[in-house]
Amino acid sequence: MFKLFRNLKRKDWLFIALAVLFIAGQVVLELKMPEYMSNITVLVRTEGSEMGEILHNGALMLLCAFGSLVSTIIAGWFVANVGADFTFIVKKKIFDKVEELSVDDIKRFSTASLITRTTNDVTQVRMVITMGANMLIRAPLSATWAIIKISGKSWQWSTATGVAVVIILATIITIMTLVIPRFKLIQKLTDRLNGVTQESLKGIRVVRAFNAERYQEKKFDIPNTEVADTTRFVDRVLSIMSPTMNLVLNSITLAIYLIGAALISQSVMANKLTLFSDMVVFSTYAVHVIFSFLMLAMIFMIIPRAQVSAERINEVLDKEITIKDGLFDDDTAEIGTVEFRNVSFKYPDAEEYLLKDISFRAEKGQTVAFIGSTGSGKSTLINLIPRFYDVTEGAVFVDGVNVRDYNQKALHKKLGYIPQKAVIFSGTVASNIAYGDSGKKKPNERKIQTAAKVAQAKSFIEKLDKQYNSHIAQSGTNISGGQKQRLAIARAIVRDPEIYIFDDSFSALDYKTDAALRKALKEYTKDATSLIVAQRIGTIMHADQIIVLDRGYCVGHGTHQELMRNCEVYREIALSQLTKEELNV
Amino acid sequence: MFNGGSGGRRGGPEKVKNFGKAIKRMLAEMRKYYALITIAMIMSIATSAISVIAPNKLANITDEIAAGLALDQNKINDITNELSRDPLTESVIDNVVISPEDKEAFVNIIKELRSETSSLTKLSGEDAVMIYQKIDELPESIREVIKPKMNHDAIRNLALLMAILYVLSATLEYLEGFIMARVTSGFARDLRNRISHKINMLPLRYFDQNQIGDTLSRVTNDVDSVSSSIDNSFGIIIGDGLLLIGSLIMMLITNWVMALVAIASSLFGFVFMATILKKSQKYFAERQIELGNMNAHIEEIYSGIAVVKAYDGKETADKKFNKLNKKIRNANLHSQFLSGLMHPIMAFTGNLGYVAVCVTGAILTINGAISFGVIIAFISYARLFSSPLSRIAQAVGNLQPAAAASERVFEFIDEEEMSDEQHINSHIDKSVIRGNIVFDHVKFGYDKNKAIIKDFSAEVKAGQKIAIVGPTGAGKTTMVNLLMKFYEIKDGDIRIDGASTKKMTRADIHSLFTMVLQDTWTFSGTVRENIAYNHKSVSDEQIMKICDTVGLSHFIKTLPNGLDTDMSESESISAGQKQLITIARGMVEDAPFLILDEATSNVDTRTEELVQKAMDKLTEGRTSFIIAHRLSTIKNADLILVMNDGNIIETGNHVQLMKKGGLYADLYNSQFAL
Repeated sequence: MFKLFRNLKRKDWLFIALAVLFIAGQVVLELKMPEYMSNITVLVRTEGSEMGEILHNGALMLLCAFGSLVSTIIAGWFVANVGADFTFIVKKKIFDKVEELSVDDIKRFSTASLITRTTNDVTQVRMVITMGANMLIRAPLSATWAIIKISGKSWQWSTATGVAVVIILATIITIMTLVIPRFKLIQKLTDRLNGVTQESLKGIRVVRAFNAERYQEKKFDIPNTEVADTTRFVDRVLSIMSPTMNLVLNSITLAIYLIGAALISQSVMANKLTLFSDMVVFSTYAVHVIFSFLMLAMIFMIIPRAQVSAERINEVLDKEITIKDGLFDDDTAEIGTVEFRNVSFKYPDAEEYLLKDISFRAEKGQTVAFIGSTGSGKSTLINLIPRFYDVTEGAVFVDGVNVRDYNQKALHKKLGYIPQKAVIFSGTVASNIAYGDSGKKKPNERKIQTAAKVAQAKSFIEKLDKQYNSHIAQSGTNISGGQKQRLAIARAIVRDPEIYIFDDSFSALDYKTDAALRKALKEYTKDATSLIVAQRIGTIMHADQIIVLDRGYCVGHGTHQELMRNCEVYREIALSQLTKEELNV
Repeated sequence: MFNGGSGGRRGGPEKVKNFGKAIKRMLAEMRKYYALITIAMIMSIATSAISVIAPNKLANITDEIAAGLALDQNKINDITNELSRDPLTESVIDNVVISPEDKEAFVNIIKELRSETSSLTKLSGEDAVMIYQKIDELPESIREVIKPKMNHDAIRNLALLMAILYVLSATLEYLEGFIMARVTSGFARDLRNRISHKINMLPLRYFDQNQIGDTLSRVTNDVDSVSSSIDNSFGIIIGDGLLLIGSLIMMLITNWVMALVAIASSLFGFVFMATILKKSQKYFAERQIELGNMNAHIEEIYSGIAVVKAYDGKETADKKFNKLNKKIRNANLHSQFLSGLMHPIMAFTGNLGYVAVCVTGAILTINGAISFGVIIAFISYARLFSSPLSRIAQAVGNLQPAAAASERVFEFIDEEEMSDEQHINSHIDKSVIRGNIVFDHVKFGYDKNKAIIKDFSAEVKAGQKIAIVGPTGAGKTTMVNLLMKFYEIKDGDIRIDGASTKKMTRADIHSLFTMVLQDTWTFSGTVRENIAYNHKSVSDEQIMKICDTVGLSHFIKTLPNGLDTDMSESESISAGQKQLITIARGMVEDAPFLILDEATSNVDTRTEELVQKAMDKLTEGRTSFIIAHRLSTIKNADLILVMNDGNIIETGNHVQLMKKGGLYADLYNSQFAL
């Protein structure tokens, strides 16, 4: 956690120092008050005291109170600033880092987890700063100061206070050991509740079709009852806290008074008055001491949680960046070529290769298709071109230059990559199509419309109420899957790339749109090279080269006709989808 | 907490529409728990009463102890009288013998005192200590007579009483918490079960129009928010409200002048606090909204990172992030700072109250109007009075989101349910249904004013195969919705074996259909549970036989626990295998009609073959409606329904439709196009 604090700027450290100063001042002032309190007590007690003196002490006490208020406010301002700065800096740092991580790393962390790390986890650590700073500084100061103030007054009183502290700490520890594991259990059960509800909702047609409504309700009731039982238990354990605290605080006052009574009646006259005022003062300080320990206990409850969060954040920040940027951004001798030379790939810590010894060369304007069953490595292969992953062995060349040598921006400029699952950003139709930085000037309206037309998106866009300016919700929830895919394709077209990479981008489209799109694209970009991963034979039948992958190996390479003749795997796939006549063999 | 992006609402706290109504409804729904709540309330009243009484008793103890400080004035007078009467002989007061020497010493000390203190009537604190020191120098006999006497019995009795009160109060407070835990957890459970039940009572229209995440968050977040508010807000408002009133009454009874002083100083702080609370809430709301925006942005970028990289969208993403981050920084700073003010202001108010009470008390004591104990008591009352005020203010603030949550929960519970089926008393015997189905001028539309199926008629004989084809989004699920009576048709009729489906219950219709849809609808639970589903009487043998038929048995044998393998935990079950399991489930159902979605996306080619074989087996002997993706199915279907824009635009068999050269022919040919 302290490692994270190193991100704070000099200004923040100054603020922390100032906060400590003001908090210390506040503690001193706050603990000065009981003295005035006791003076007032004695004065009020003693017959014939002068009113002026009571007022004098009262004024001093109020002054202390006000001073303490002002110090707290100032300290609070500094601490709030540090907390806000911390969140600001660390969030930015995590965000920047995630943007640099490889696609694979992000997948491994999982997006959901990375989001939690960027938001909740940072907030958790900030809590330590804001709440903790206050308590962590105040509690020990206040406890020590109060102890100094009351020490030497009477060992009987001190013992009583010590016992109270021990009781309270023991109670807290017991409660927490009972409750914390159950909190985790509740979290798990809540996930299960969510899970059952989710499946009931997602599968609502199936549930109804099978008349299984009661079945699902019963299934829901099990974790529901368990959650109810556990929360009840936790609530009951937690409700021990407040009465115990009250009881201890009340009892300590009573005990101090009783001890006081005994001490006073035993003492000589000269000490009686002092003992009496000591008694009143002590009861106040004793409460201070107990509260200080309570605060410390609270901090020790926050810190472990924050520590976990801090570790999760550091895990991201310390992750080594595997894809290092190259320098090359000049013009290339070749245009629109992609070449794989003996490429093998496996995940850094994996044993098995996902791709083994793949070689091919796509010339300018060619269409190269990749087919194979799931897990055959076709997506991985295509993802090596924009350097989402780096090859383990061999090399990938774009326009004759090794992709590792490129400045990533220069490489990406050449590519139009469309992922399997369309990525849609909140904004408008136009902002989605014109997304990103192509190194050229921002596309104009006409360009966007042309791209949409080629991507077969024109007709649906024009049916939207604001057409190209229509609002697109986050993840594109207000348009259909096929529409999202067409927008994603339009986004690639608008960049005028040399090389298109379609990572199974057509499967969300129906045959008709699929065919129309490919036809329009061919006409629009005669010179562009296309690399297509597909599942449907129909999509790739007419490609210049087809590469058949099976478990990472290239088991066939050629045209449709050639492969139908000499590649068993290809024939199997093809015949499962189309009849012999349709495949025209 | 981030729940996998399924959170239905983003962008901050929701405003409650009608606070009073929401709270009233919440209270009304707790009817079942009124008895328990009443008991808890009584306990809360008792606890509050004790908290109010206790300071009084502490004041009494203080008075008793203080009484042990003062010299016995009567005895001093006695001695002085004795002295002036006869300074040279022995006197006996209270069985103590006072010698003439002692008397002389007493006179000398008194003289010294007179000379050193300016005036005996107006003493400063130091003077008092000095006098007490002098008294220690007095002869023992006199000291014995005049020394302060503490009433130990009284103190002991008071202390005992207080100890009992404290323990009683703690016990009652705990019992209250104990009972309320029962109420809140029970209430939350009831609400959840009601929602879970309600899900099955709602028409499908509701789920087609609302997002899953939205309903989900009602089940968990909203219910949690409602139930915790019962404990944290209602409890505080009731308990502290009583405390407030109790301490107010006690203060007024004890001394109205000081009561007014205490109230005035508390109110001063309260007004201050209310202002800040209001202001900070604005920032908290802003912070919530900005956090929501930022979450959305981060989610978008992280989940689309490949595209962000490939399209160099980093700059735009960073710009937006920095803007949001700055806004959050600002909202964080202000909300944190302002909410941090609450506590010190409360403490200051407390101190202000203390001084005000002490000073007023001192004036009154000097005037002899009240005893010192009253001051001590008032110090506690002032605290009892001011702290609930601020807690109530915070509780009312917390109640706002809870009320909004309860509105959402009850809105769901109040949603209009499916039409009542009480009047349908005919029952269908699945085994005698042959499987003929007739569509007779069916009209349907999701929107009342817009019919999408305008006038559809067709006759299907038992065992025939009907293929439904069309481009994506053409409304193929509409057919499923109508067949299963998920939605009710607007006009016309669908008849099964000559009987109108309007006169059948939904449950009966469902029992006639087997449904296998595209999404692999497997549930959490074991493989067996997923196959048998809610058919309880299916034996393992039957299940294994069906698995043999669909080609699953080899796979099940390879699973670590066979049929008992937990589906949600086993990652080795592929999409294709899940599809096979849903087919097996359909076979268990064994109904005369079949609805089948053939799509086999994300399945590798070998499993796909297996799935297709299983599907073909499933269609044998059943009247089948197939959302077709395979040419073989389409070509040999008895009837093809071509759908577009929700409507059935062409019907006929393959040959007829190809001849027609319409959309079907187009679709069919496009498979072979470039």
